[in-house]
Amino acid sequence: MLDAKIPAGKLEEKWNNYKGHCKLVNPANKRKLEIIVVGTGLAGASAAATLGELGYKVKAFCFQDSARRAHSIAAQGGINAAKNYQNDGDSVFRLFYDTIKGGDYRAREANVHRLAEVSVNIIDQCVAQGVPFAREYGGLLNNRSFGGTQVKRTFYAAGQTGQQLLIGAYQAMERQVALGNVEMFSRHEMLDVVVIDGKARGIIARDLVSGKLERYFGHAVVLCTGGYGNVFYLSTNAMGSNATAVWKAHKKGAFFGNPCMTQIHPTCIPVSGDHQSKLTLMSESLRNDGRIWVPKKKEETRRANDIPEEERDYYLERRYPAFGNLVPRDVASRAAKERCDAGYGVGTTKQAVYLDFKYNLINKYGRTEASKQGIHNPDQETLIRLGKEVVKEEYGNLFDMYEKITGENPYEVPMRIYPAVHYTMGGLWVDYELMTSVKGLYCLGEANFSDHGANRLGASALMQGLADGYFVIPYTIGNYLADEIAVKPIPTTHEAFEAAEAHVSERINTLMNIQGTESVESFHKRLGKIMWEKCGMARNEKGLKEAIVEIRALREEFWKNVRVPGEINEMNPELDKANRVADFLELGELMCMDALDRRESCGGHFREESQTEEGEALRHDDEFMYVSVWNYKGDESWEMLKEPLNYEVIQPTQRNYK
Amino acid sequence: MNWSHFFTSSVGKKIIMACSGLFLIAFLLVHAGLNACIWAFDGGEMFNKAGHFMGSTVVMRILEIGLFVFFIIHIVQGVVMELQNRSKRGSKGYAVALGNRGSKWYSRSMAILGLLILLFLIVHLGHFWIPNRSNQGWLLGEEINLFEKMKEVFSNPVWVILYTVGVIALFYHLSHGFQSAFRTLGLTNHKYINIIQTVGLVYNVVICLAFIMMPISFYFGWVQ
Amino acid sequence: MEHYNMNLTLKVWKQKNSQSAGRFETYQVKDVSSEMSFLEMFDVLNEQLIHEGKEPIAFDHDCREGICGTCSMYINGRPHGPWHGTTTCQLHMRAFKDGDTIVVEPWRAKAFPVIKDLMVDRSAFDRIIQAGGYISVNTGVTIDGNAIPVNRDNAEKSFAAAACIGCGACVAACKNSSAMLFLSAKVSHLALLPQGEIERKKRALDMVAQMDKEGFGSCTNTGACEAVCPKEIEITNIARLNREYLSAGLSADK
Repeated sequence: MLDAKIPAGKLEEKWNNYKGHCKLVNPANKRKLEIIVVGTGLAGASAAATLGELGYKVKAFCFQDSARRAHSIAAQGGINAAKNYQNDGDSVFRLFYDTIKGGDYRAREANVHRLAEVSVNIIDQCVAQGVPFAREYGGLLNNRSFGGTQVKRTFYAAGQTGQQLLIGAYQAMERQVALGNVEMFSRHEMLDVVVIDGKARGIIARDLVSGKLERYFGHAVVLCTGGYGNVFYLSTNAMGSNATAVWKAHKKGAFFGNPCMTQIHPTCIPVSGDHQSKLTLMSESLRNDGRIWVPKKKEETRRANDIPEEERDYYLERRYPAFGNLVPRDVASRAAKERCDAGYGVGTTKQAVYLDFKYNLINKYGRTEASKQGIHNPDQETLIRLGKEVVKEEYGNLFDMYEKITGENPYEVPMRIYPAVHYTMGGLWVDYELMTSVKGLYCLGEANFSDHGANRLGASALMQGLADGYFVIPYTIGNYLADEIAVKPIPTTHEAFEAAEAHVSERINTLMNIQGTESVESFHKRLGKIMWEKCGMARNEKGLKEAIVEIRALREEFWKNVRVPGEINEMNPELDKANRVADFLELGELMCMDALDRRESCGGHFREESQTEEGEALRHDDEFMYVSVWNYKGDESWEMLKEPLNYEVIQPTQRNYK
Repeated sequence: MNWSHFFTSSVGKKIIMACSGLFLIAFLLVHAGLNACIWAFDGGEMFNKAGHFMGSTVVMRILEIGLFVFFIIHIVQGVVMELQNRSKRGSKGYAVALGNRGSKWYSRSMAILGLLILLFLIVHLGHFWIPNRSNQGWLLGEEINLFEKMKEVFSNPVWVILYTVGVIALFYHLSHGFQSAFRTLGLTNHKYINIIQTVGLVYNVVICLAFIMMPISFYFGWVQ
Repeated sequence: MEHYNMNLTLKVWKQKNSQSAGRFETYQVKDVSSEMSFLEMFDVLNEQLIHEGKEPIAFDHDCREGICGTCSMYINGRPHGPWHGTTTCQLHMRAFKDGDTIVVEPWRAKAFPVIKDLMVDRSAFDRIIQAGGYISVNTGVTIDGNAIPVNRDNAEKSFAAAACIGCGACVAACKNSSAMLFLSAKVSHLALLPQGEIERKKRALDMVAQMDKEGFGSCTNTGACEAVCPKEIEITNIARLNREYLSAGLSADK
């Protein structure tokens, strides 16, 4: 039943062999084939652009007012690629190895190796498109290092790499719009997939301005709708980021892979109060130059700068001397939680740790800059001044953002940070061709489960989104569409379209007619609280069981007592939100079920029952070396299938960053 | 891109404004230079000679036509652009204006300042240019004594005040216009902006001071 | 940082849809924390309105970290409010004090019609990009990234221009509703890189033509755009665009 369609042959030859043997569609036939792309982030925009360039008729959808606003834009730190421009020992194999290891041996070898292979093409493509990456004085590309690796392979554009890459993909797509190959539908939200004879043949979308439901046909449907971190209410995702598209696909037969695998990012600005609507990330790249610490004394009341060096506990450097502040995200997050739970937290809420730049500001940047400028024996003040200038260049926008949000100047006092939900490794299950278990329905980028296993390394999300969109889907979708060239566009009056639209319409009517007393937002907040407390950074059997019961009760209450103001046939952001939260209320339960099933700790999934004596995550490869693949059986019941993970090249070991 | 497209796009229209503006700026320099002859303190002899050169040589009179053409282009284009630009806000304006928080008042008031200058210009032409040319029979005939004419006009305090107001309007118009013309022609960057602004300020102060001092010099009898 | 609470009076533009006439509504918001973001204050107000059975205020927002460019409020006469170099979502309530009255309007420009309340349609920006805001290369480039060296200063200037988030504050602030800062940022981003050289002339001419078609005004160099730009895009980009336009227009052979 589960066929991942991984090509035979040696690992490093699989993708080349696939490309050499997959079916092709000739240019004349491409023009007759229509493809729907939902979502215009890195994966969606790059896929729409590339498929348009190839000659397919593409319809692209996004719920934002412009394709350029997709949340990929907020990625800060960078994008990995195995270019080895730094001559520091990087290679495709090493990037592949780091990604598998970082993912705690829960990802498919073949997919990850392909990702590492195409990573180098991504950089070439982006440079040619005019992405203004950071440069050395000699004019060549610069790199920085990121967590979980020991080489410098991350390409970046200040703290706005996601923005620059997305603008590149967006521009490529707008070029295809101008050429008539891509038709763009902004402020449109996909509310169902239309499946005819077992194949995805279209979508039902709601025009968010007029509120009208519309039907669109496609020979294939590609979902690039991002992750579902907003199930936690508070996350670093955008307010509009949602799981509705993938959830609808799931309910139409697309399996869901590893729903419990969520990534908690260690460096976010802490929560300041009940009013909080979202959390803001401070790029992982800051851990290059910032040192994380808490006071050695509990209930410390002194201000950070007044605490002397010897009374500070640089706990990451202490626990993980080899990787220090650059351990993978899951490890850093749990370590922060451990310190705060033990009573060493800082700030008013005591749910924060310090990220301090002073040391590197003076010793790394200050000294280098001083020697560059020929200043001998510089005093402390000069070093700080020079260091600040360099830090401003590297991270200026992040420091400004921190100051705007907290009112504190991070050049003077250490940042306060705390982990927050950031990324979801889980997503729709896809095979090697990125096709879900529904034929002709593809899933790309964060929305699928494929490449990051149980934990994603920093700067790898941008890499995966663009790899899928630019370099994988153009080949794999052709392999499917080659057999579809005889299929004429199906009129949207087909009964399957009728039925799908009727179903969506009925649900919207139900939502509008409840007219209860509680706002959508309040249900979302309550769901988020359950998820964060019981399915967050640390999980246990009791909590997860409770969470499932609570979520079910909350869902029932939602459908009885939610209040959606306004009307259906108009711009109605509350209705949009209600549609999304209704789906989160179902997805949350599945996440807890998956977390409950996986009685081991791996990557971002930490089961308290499964840890080493030192409190590190403890995997059980004998029992859980599989992808949990959930098949929706209707009526809120699921069947779990297992896709075994066979490691042919890498020998899984307990991760060790000491 | 044919010429008409080139000059009628929003950037093209501005290029016309900038070029005609720079021509007028050059003209002001000549005008102020010639008029400064009143301060030769020779009873207007040098000044009238200069006036004669401008009014009774064929080349100068042909250039004069060019001057009028540029004036008209600058005025008409300016008015048209102002009206077009005003319509771009749509049917509703803002309840609270950004005002001086984003720009200088005179940068936003170029059209009003320009119209003030135009009114002043009409009066000014009525005082000197029209009587002189009509006396010449519009061609190269006998000129009036412009120095005496100035004395006469500027003995009236009303005209002195009006001229002062006109020059103040010119000052603010140039304060924006000078550097704006260079921006429009793409000649501004981080390196040149300070030079352009400094030169603009010096030019503006010198020209406007010179013009303002003329009526005042006559009125107070510093020039006889 | 000292925290405090405040009570505010809000005058907000309400408009049912693009066809209907709008008007200002006055709202009282109590116990607003100085630690809230401006949009979180709107969340609180909307929650209150929903509880009272009233229509909440529709406004555009998404990432809430100042990078997506979706939020677009004209606050007390200034796009994105009183803080320099800040988007509406990054504006925090410590910018205000107890008893303040805050007037919130949508972007006003003929090219940005109001969709509802504070939401406007900025698709004109997408069409300007479609007119030439890209480098025409198909996927599958095989030139190595390092085969195209870029002068570091130019790379930085290009990046600074490319940092534009397309929010439209420049249009909202400009007395002519001109989109020149937006347009010039894109032209500069690409013109400063060797990759952008090939299509440089056509790009400048086509994008200006599209901007005119969309109904934006012309630039009169007042500098209001630069003053309110949340990403501090410099007005020197406009001079660069003019330069590009001039040289492209004069050197075209037809």
